Amino acid sequence: MLAFTIRRLFEAAIVMLTVALMAFVLFRFVGDPINQMVGQDTSLAEREELRERLGLNDPVLVQFGRFIWNAARYDFGISYQVKRPVTSLIAERFPATFELALTAAFFAILLGIPMGVYTGIHRDSWLSKLFLSVSLIGISLPTFLIGILLIYVFAVQLGVLPSFGRGEVVRIGGWTTGLLTASGLKALILPAITLGLFQMTLVTRLVRSQMLEVLRTDYIKFARARGLGDRAVNFGHALKNTLIPVITIIGLQLGAIIAFAIITETVFQWPGMGLMFIQAVQNADIPVMSAYLLLVAFLFVLINLIVDLLYVWIDPRVRIYGREA
Amino acid sequence: MPETPALSVRNLRVEFPTRRGTLVAVDDVSFDIAPGEVLGIVGESGAGKSLTGTAIIGLLEPPGRVAGGEIVLNGQRIDNLPREAMRHIRGKRIGMVFQDPLTSLNPLYRVGEQIIETIRAHLPMSEREARARAIELLIEVGIQGAERRIDGYPHEFSGGMRQRVVLALALCAEPDLIIADEPTTALDVSIQAQIIQLLKRLCQERGTAVMLITHDMGVIAETANRVAVMYAGRIAEIGPVREVIKSAHHPYTRGLMGSIPSIEGTNDRLTQIPGSMPRLTAIPKGCAFNPRCPHAFDRCRRERPDLMPVDHSLAACWLVAPQSAEARS
Amino acid sequence: MSAEDQGLPMAETSRAATAAPRGILTRIFDSDLWYSFRSSRLVMAAATVTLLMVGAALLAPVIAPHDPYDLRALNLMDSDLPPVWVQGGDPRFLLGTDDQGRDILSTILYGTRSSIAISVLAVLLAIGIGVSLGLVAGYFGGIVDTIIMRIADVKLTFPAILVALLINGIAQTLFKGRLGGAEFWILVLSIGLSFWVQYARTVRGMTLVEKNKEYVQAARLIGLSRAAIMFKHVLPNVLSPVLVIGTINLALAVITEATLSFLGVGLPPTEPSLGTMIQIGNKYLFSGSWWMVAFPGLTLAILVLAVNLLGDWLRDALNPKLR
Repeated sequence: MLAFTIRRLFEAAIVMLTVALMAFVLFRFVGDPINQMVGQDTSLAEREELRERLGLNDPVLVQFGRFIWNAARYDFGISYQVKRPVTSLIAERFPATFELALTAAFFAILLGIPMGVYTGIHRDSWLSKLFLSVSLIGISLPTFLIGILLIYVFAVQLGVLPSFGRGEVVRIGGWTTGLLTASGLKALILPAITLGLFQMTLVTRLVRSQMLEVLRTDYIKFARARGLGDRAVNFGHALKNTLIPVITIIGLQLGAIIAFAIITETVFQWPGMGLMFIQAVQNADIPVMSAYLLLVAFLFVLINLIVDLLYVWIDPRVRIYGREA
Repeated sequence: MPETPALSVRNLRVEFPTRRGTLVAVDDVSFDIAPGEVLGIVGESGAGKSLTGTAIIGLLEPPGRVAGGEIVLNGQRIDNLPREAMRHIRGKRIGMVFQDPLTSLNPLYRVGEQIIETIRAHLPMSEREARARAIELLIEVGIQGAERRIDGYPHEFSGGMRQRVVLALALCAEPDLIIADEPTTALDVSIQAQIIQLLKRLCQERGTAVMLITHDMGVIAETANRVAVMYAGRIAEIGPVREVIKSAHHPYTRGLMGSIPSIEGTNDRLTQIPGSMPRLTAIPKGCAFNPRCPHAFDRCRRERPDLMPVDHSLAACWLVAPQSAEARS
Repeated sequence: MSAEDQGLPMAETSRAATAAPRGILTRIFDSDLWYSFRSSRLVMAAATVTLLMVGAALLAPVIAPHDPYDLRALNLMDSDLPPVWVQGGDPRFLLGTDDQGRDILSTILYGTRSSIAISVLAVLLAIGIGVSLGLVAGYFGGIVDTIIMRIADVKLTFPAILVALLINGIAQTLFKGRLGGAEFWILVLSIGLSFWVQYARTVRGMTLVEKNKEYVQAARLIGLSRAAIMFKHVLPNVLSPVLVIGTINLALAVITEATLSFLGVGLPPTEPSLGTMIQIGNKYLFSGSWWMVAFPGLTLAILVLAVNLLGDWLRDALNPKLR
């Protein structure tokens, strides 16, 4: 168990280092950082001095080390575009994205799993076919189109929900939350549905196919041969076995939700990290891009680690032999 | 026989509707099993052995279905029971043992949880009583330290031990019939005999009838009282195990026997039946075995033989029909 | 079933002449794939729609009533016109016009054309990279395998859209101001590079299984080169999952391209693309010009839905286990 956790931590560290290398290469070699920082009229001498001061003349390995050291201390430099520390930009933006992603994830999981289970058990009922048709449409509609559609119906036509922004937010320490005000909650509805719908369809389809897979196994056949009732077989035996791989994928999807938020945030002008990132891409604001990259990777690795530990808790086989058993 | 058979199957027919027409996977199969008797069912894979077992316990996967015949368990007809009533037959009056003990048990539940859950599904017992009974059963199937191991997970048991657990599960409500579908095929050779002996002993003590499905004639020879040989969905020959092994009437059975190595070394070479069993989509006219049969004559290619009595057995072969008795020599 | 199997008495010459075409045709029409295709109206409808849309897109320069690339033909007087059947519509513009006075129908036709072209090229690129890396990783194993699969793991950390955005952002930075027309290829590159992992993992897994089979051992014994074994013998056996993933990815590529263009990092506004059209239309949603979003949006949704249906069907038909 301890060895398992240590191995997992080690692998996570490798992934983070690789991503850090990518972020560093991006930061250091895509475009000249000096050109981005100073105006056209800066003299060559001034540039050279700035270069020396920022350590850009040091050996690359030293620079990479410094980059990692800074990143580990949560320092990603200064945004080319708005000339402020990237970390303070992120601190402002993170709560908005976090609340949006979490709400969307809850929405996706709470609806997706029951729908997947239902369609897995009742393969040929009309309700299953309805769910599957809806899920196929959900997968086929691009996120931004769903957002626009929702805006058109609920904001333009019905005028009941806001089409952009976070509404009123309450500041609690360094965190801003929209969950405590009526307008903040109202503003959350459409973006959360938009972001969650695609994930929900994925969860539904995944749970369904896993459920079908499990229902074909020998131990389910044997459970039926033992005379257990449908409820005991479907919910007692099949569901538990279904959820194990599902948890992994849902974990991966949670990481993806943060990144997918880019699109939703653009459509709804949601003041989160995704919007910040897309503006950074449009303006070639490299420090913001590389910081975002590292942050997403970090969240992803963190979630993965939690999922792996959850696994150990649920699956008795892993408790003894580790994941590969 | 004055005794009512534990299981009586009459003219059972199992069909699979497909886009190329209906496949008849089990065709006109009839047999009885008396209480305490072991009936072996042998045949190559695809002969319909397992499907017969699955049909009896009512677990055919759609689109497969019982298209005709009767299944009678201790005088009660069960093939037309409603779903819920059939569920109370499964596990309670018919126990089942599958081929692979590694996959028969749910890996996420403790062995005890699975036994207790089965006991309580069929018998009015409290959790505590069911647990006590589960431990008794585990002791009976020969699990050392049952009080402790009842809280183990399936992966903590070896293959043979797991099959013992599966046996305990099949027996936990004292069924009238056990259907054992290749119960030893997935096990090490050294353990096969133990499991088979255990199965035989437990069922004899209880007077439980056993339908033992296997392709291993050796297992049949050791265990079964009577044996039914299946070929392409039909019974080719059925009779007392000694007679079928020593003096089979159907050329197919003789072929099967020729492929068992004998310890005495009386016949010094193993024989093999040329060709392979036809697919269900292409069963030849007449006797299904005729293209592979060394003794086939005109009638075999025209007419399909039904089971005909010969000595203490029944065989579906024109060679044993009274009028062609002279053709046999 | 071929004539030979049925044992039909045919003269040698006539058999030689007819066997090949008959064999192929009967094989197609007798296959399970064809049967499952014929047995689902939905799948046939999806195939028809896909073919129609691809056809219309290819023929865009011929059938489009206007040329959205021809800036001189644009007239601001024609801008923001609703579809014909709505009050104020103009018979010259069936589905109305956008803010520049471009005909929506023509722009959709041209836009679908670039969407499909980009997506197909991107998926082909992804297949090329993924299949080669998967074959190499699976066949050689060892350190090569470890390196390739670790890169794949890291890549999996980021969703395709983010990778595409990053590559796009890097390219925009590197070629700042000198992009002129390269956006098309940057899109192909960024989408293609964000999709290869799935192929690599699948092909690697299957190669691991295939390479231990007897036919590969035999090929090795008679001294075939590694490349010949990989591409001639192993590759054909791993193609059907690649085809399935490819079809599903095609739908995803169309979505990704539209999303990138919608986010303003894809094709420039002067190049018609479904995503760009929706982005422009989105600005006019509140002023009531719904047609600028509705028609390109509908086209996009139908195209993706049809391709997804085909992908689902292929997956089920080629791999009944997954159904």
